[in-house]
Amino acid sequence: MAGIIGYGAYVPRNRIKVEEIAKVWGADAPSYKKGLMLREKSVPSPDQDVITMSVEATRHALTRCGIDPQKIGAVYIGSESHPYAVKPSGTVVAEAIGATPDCHCVDFEFACKAGSEAMFVCMGLVDAGAIEYGLAIGADTSQGAPGDALEYSAAAGAAAYIIGPGDGVAKMLATHSFMTDTPDFWRREYMHYPRHAGRFTGEPAYFKHVTGCAKAMLEKTNSKPSDYAYAVFHQPNGKFPMRVGQQLGFTKEQIEPGWLAPTLGNTYSGSSPMGLTATLDIAEPGDKIFMVSYGSGAGSDGFVFEATDELPKMRVKAPFTRTLLDEHKVYIDYGTYTKYRGKIRKGE
Amino acid sequence: MSTSARYWREIPQRYRYEGAKCKSCGKISFPPRVVCKSCGGREFEKVELAKQGKLLTHTVIRVGPSQFADQTPYAVGVAELDDGVRMTAMIADVDFEELKVGMPVKLEFRKVRDEGEAGIICYGYKFVPVR
Repeated sequence: MAGIIGYGAYVPRNRIKVEEIAKVWGADAPSYKKGLMLREKSVPSPDQDVITMSVEATRHALTRCGIDPQKIGAVYIGSESHPYAVKPSGTVVAEAIGATPDCHCVDFEFACKAGSEAMFVCMGLVDAGAIEYGLAIGADTSQGAPGDALEYSAAAGAAAYIIGPGDGVAKMLATHSFMTDTPDFWRREYMHYPRHAGRFTGEPAYFKHVTGCAKAMLEKTNSKPSDYAYAVFHQPNGKFPMRVGQQLGFTKEQIEPGWLAPTLGNTYSGSSPMGLTATLDIAEPGDKIFMVSYGSGAGSDGFVFEATDELPKMRVKAPFTRTLLDEHKVYIDYGTYTKYRGKIRKGE
Repeated sequence: MSTSARYWREIPQRYRYEGAKCKSCGKISFPPRVVCKSCGGREFEKVELAKQGKLLTHTVIRVGPSQFADQTPYAVGVAELDDGVRMTAMIADVDFEELKVGMPVKLEFRKVRDEGEAGIICYGYKFVPVR
């Protein structure tokens, strides 16, 4: 089966704290921090978007694996904040990394699951022998309406995976997808911000699909949570992944290495793929990693990976995700945040 | 009027930092030239520039041209890359008090400008500090 040949992440350096958002809207910061298990989130600079973050994450992945970009036969970017409504992000990224012209580019959308579906499709194409290598990216500069609960978590970041034949740094042992039509979160055409169905986004949406996918994966692989060294779940906030993981029988210790939301926020399509990068940064050869994404609308993609002997020597060639997350960050105020995110209406 | 054609022509340099190395004297030109300014040679090979270098000089733009007005104040610098090529670019993710001649910088892919809300987005390189 196909494996992960290289991986990389990117996090903008700006952060805004929950307290800074809460004070503008007269909200109670401690209850948001406790309720969401989230302290701060990343914010893109005005010169950063899904394309720029995807390029940088991919360059880290290429640095790690050292393959010739001309051998990449597919560039798939999952996001719900592609900079253009019509014009692919993938062609810009493919051009920047030197993969053009003999490659297939598609921009994927499936709320927060678009990154993992790019991984899923790349793995299928590699397994089928249709391409030698595929590039799968999950990236977002997530939108959250001013004053909405989403504004505390909607963040920015990217993860890139080069999928290829053989075991690579992590071989894929199994995959499973679980989908139903569930209207928990959506954004209509021409709308700036998504809308959501409040608490309905929890049990019938996130928890049902993540649990359904995870249980099917465990059954398919005839395994139990204790067989895994690490587990990564989609992170719309800090609370949901920890709760769903523990409900399934995983421990806090298995989840914590890939649990980035408390200081990163929800990077939507980048969320669980970024959690996986942080986990690969510390996994040892032979460690099994369980991953389940979630996208509203709704569905989950699940993967089981096993780290190989190549992982420790390859990962040191590019920055670790926790380093990108924890070092050199800059805190901005709400006014700067609104300018950076284009929330201020200016005169013509 | 859209600058799509001009932007498109510069993609190899702006996205992939492609320069031209003179086959006669080895001098790298960026952007590529028809005639080598060092030896007059006319044959070149395509090379990708080094991604890191050191700042030679810098300034802070406080009153920018209209396309960059929303980005002011911003830093601009000239850096010498590790392969000897000198290039000019905006410096992103920098606190102005950090700016120093000799400061290590690397190239990062960023949005450089756009042509309004309905126009094309122009991507390219900026310097960011190596921390």
